[in-house]
Amino acid sequence: MSKYLILIYQDEAVARQAEGESISDSYQEFMQRRGSSLLSGAALHPSSTATSMRRDGAGGFLVTDGPFTESKETLGGYYLIEAADLDEALEIAKEVPAGVGVEVWPVRVVS
Amino acid sequence: MQAAAGTEVAAAVADAHRREWAFVLAATVRVAGDIDTAEEAVQDAYASALTAWGSSGIPGNPAAWLTVAARRRALDIRRRAATAQRALPKLLDPEERGGSGPEFEEQEIPDDRLRLIFTCCHPALALEARVALTLRLLCGLSTGEVARAFLVQEPTMAARITRAKKKIAAANIPYRVPAVSELPERVEAVLSVVYLVYTTGHTAPSGGDLMRRDLAERGLELARMLRVLLPRDPDVAGLLALILLTEARAAARVDEHQDAILMENQDRSKWDRRAIGEGTALLREALASRPPGRFALMAAIAAVHDESGSWAETDWDEILGLYNLLMERWPSPVVRLNRAIALGFAAGPAEGLAELDALGAEPQLARYPYLAAARGDFLARLGRLEEARTAFEEAMILTDNEAERRNLRSRLDGLAR
Repeated sequence: MSKYLILIYQDEAVARQAEGESISDSYQEFMQRRGSSLLSGAALHPSSTATSMRRDGAGGFLVTDGPFTESKETLGGYYLIEAADLDEALEIAKEVPAGVGVEVWPVRVVS
Repeated sequence: MQAAAGTEVAAAVADAHRREWAFVLAATVRVAGDIDTAEEAVQDAYASALTAWGSSGIPGNPAAWLTVAARRRALDIRRRAATAQRALPKLLDPEERGGSGPEFEEQEIPDDRLRLIFTCCHPALALEARVALTLRLLCGLSTGEVARAFLVQEPTMAARITRAKKKIAAANIPYRVPAVSELPERVEAVLSVVYLVYTTGHTAPSGGDLMRRDLAERGLELARMLRVLLPRDPDVAGLLALILLTEARAAARVDEHQDAILMENQDRSKWDRRAIGEGTALLREALASRPPGRFALMAAIAAVHDESGSWAETDWDEILGLYNLLMERWPSPVVRLNRAIALGFAAGPAEGLAELDALGAEPQLARYPYLAAARGDFLARLGRLEEARTAFEEAMILTDNEAERRNLRSRLDGLAR
């Protein structure tokens, strides 16, 4: 089995509207259906609430408002899943009711 | 078996390299657990064949001999790796995990080439990486050969192949034939690779020669291999038909100076009737599935040309109809361009030119020499020679293929003044 991180992207404007709402039915359904593969997951506040901290090279951090890269599509949440291989991971990822789409990242096994 | 002469052995090994590389490698990956180990083991097996076949004779089934040798070598490498405390290989088939040496000789070797093809052509890999892996792992080309085929530096190609292999391992791209439900999408990812290999050989994007025969032949071989492995897939039949029906005209496409000859001026007696026959039979099969696939439609267009007795007799209405079908389901700027050319011959150069001019705004075609060349052609037919001259000059600047540039030069020079 391999672990994958599914990053869920959505339209920033839509994300702001949805703020404070409870988990949608489509996500509830997805989590029930794929529960056995989901290790963890979370929904995020809009990117305007994020804070970036970039190393300044002198031992400190440069703190800025917002994510590293501003774009129309922002990270809305994630799932950490376990799957037999990439094909199974992609099958699961396809079912995530993401507004824009998802990225599937293999998780490194560190010994 | 008896000892064989050195040249005979070298020829047999070279032949087995060309024919059996994919089979031997595919059968070894399962035992080796990862592609790199399998490649190393297969290379060693071919090297040992050179000496072994010299002393004990060329085996009746070289593929089986090489597979047994490569699998045994792969197990040696794995054992060495295991003692060196390296991580466990990932692509291992569970049922093979406990396997060791000699019993491989007893069992029949399964044909794993489909698994290897689907792994190399996984849609999660970039198209250029899929192409590189396919040529390297299925055709057995060296990294240097793949680099030369695509005119990139060898280190660039090596990095591309390494990155793709790393993704296969890190993302755990499986070594298996996809489920039936995924098959159409996954077959399409394979066919696009084979088609790209063929078209790159058929009209080289750059360089001195119009065609790169070695790549075109590899494309045909890959399509034939797929046909053997997926005999009932209509899209596979369609692609093999398309390649055969296009390849049939190869001998007539260049003159003795390797200059390109347009289809209009080709000596049709040089067209390969046997390839056309084989291609049309496959095409019939591909068209039997409704609705016909992309490659079947393109093959049908090629077949109309192949079966036409002369350029003047070409059934342009039929070709235009086929392009209309292609446009409905697979619209692309290149299909639109070809449809516009067909329209120009079916309805007249003025109609064709109007359609080509409408395409000028397509950013994908802005640097495409065939648009300018087609405009030049229709402008010349309309007697607008100054504009035709400009269009041919533009096409000459845009093409990177020397043979095509010479052809454009002669069309430019041929314009009546």
